[in-house]
Amino acid sequence: MNRTLRSCACAVVFALTLVIIAAAASPAPDAAIETRLKKLETELRCLVCQNQTLADSNAELAEDLRREVRQLALSGKSDEEIKSYLVARYGDFVLYKPPLKSTTWLLWGGPFALLVGGGVLWWVILRRRERAAPLPPPMDTAAEARARARLDAYEE
Amino acid sequence: MLLVAFLWVGLGRDPREVPSPLIGKPAPAFKLAQLHAPDALLSNDDLKGKVWLLNVWASWCVSCRVEHPLLVQLAKANIVPVYGLDYKDKPDDGRAWLAQNGNPYTTSIVDQDGRVGIDYGVYGVPETFLIDKTGIIRYKQIGPLTAEALQHKILPMVRELQQ
Repeated sequence: MNRTLRSCACAVVFALTLVIIAAAASPAPDAAIETRLKKLETELRCLVCQNQTLADSNAELAEDLRREVRQLALSGKSDEEIKSYLVARYGDFVLYKPPLKSTTWLLWGGPFALLVGGGVLWWVILRRRERAAPLPPPMDTAAEARARARLDAYEE
Repeated sequence: MLLVAFLWVGLGRDPREVPSPLIGKPAPAFKLAQLHAPDALLSNDDLKGKVWLLNVWASWCVSCRVEHPLLVQLAKANIVPVYGLDYKDKPDDGRAWLAQNGNPYTTSIVDQDGRVGIDYGVYGVPETFLIDKTGIIRYKQIGPLTAEALQHKILPMVRELQQ
């Protein structure tokens, strides 16, 4: 009985220790800034490896830029401020999602323009075919009656 | 047809050449220790009033070896001063590298943690900036300098800006 009590107390102390360690390891505000940084880093391009985001890249420049982004974030800069800091230095290319502006309208509008253009072309071709091969003129009623009679005779 | 035209233009371009937003803007400020005189600092303000080249290099940079003879030659011609930014390098390694390969730089400054490099949007060493008398960046060469770029782009601009 005494022994069970003691092992029970032991387990409680152990569990409490775990809880304290866990709480110390992940304080809430840090976790928030980590998720914010993670998200921001996936929206920024590593300029050395180009098709990787800052979050995925192991290039040395990417490490430096992650450090820079972290410092800016910790100093209270907003995501937009951090992005414009990088765009001022590296250009729009540093953004994984290019902004909509005069130099990129073709990039954004191109697919839709092609879709609309294709639709118009399709309609024009259909119209032209219709005109080139008009529907056969309707049969006159006498001929139709004869044909009907023949079909009926055949079926019987 | 349209697709062929797009691919023709698109595939002919170098994807590594990202247009710099810094052209036409003031050169970012720096104040860094000199490679050969670590106690002395050099700031971009010290260079106001002259046309100069800023060449970003490092002893670990392989393609810097490609352009280096051209820089040495340019320095000898004494047309335009070339300042070096020793980027993310150990000063000892940088000095040894210059001793071995020749030193074309009026002064080299040390950017050990790469902070100034970030301000200049450096992502592919070597890079060369042409900066005018008022401190505005006029041209940026990404990757090694070539004799062609020097003769046909950079030097004509230097002459024009020096007037």
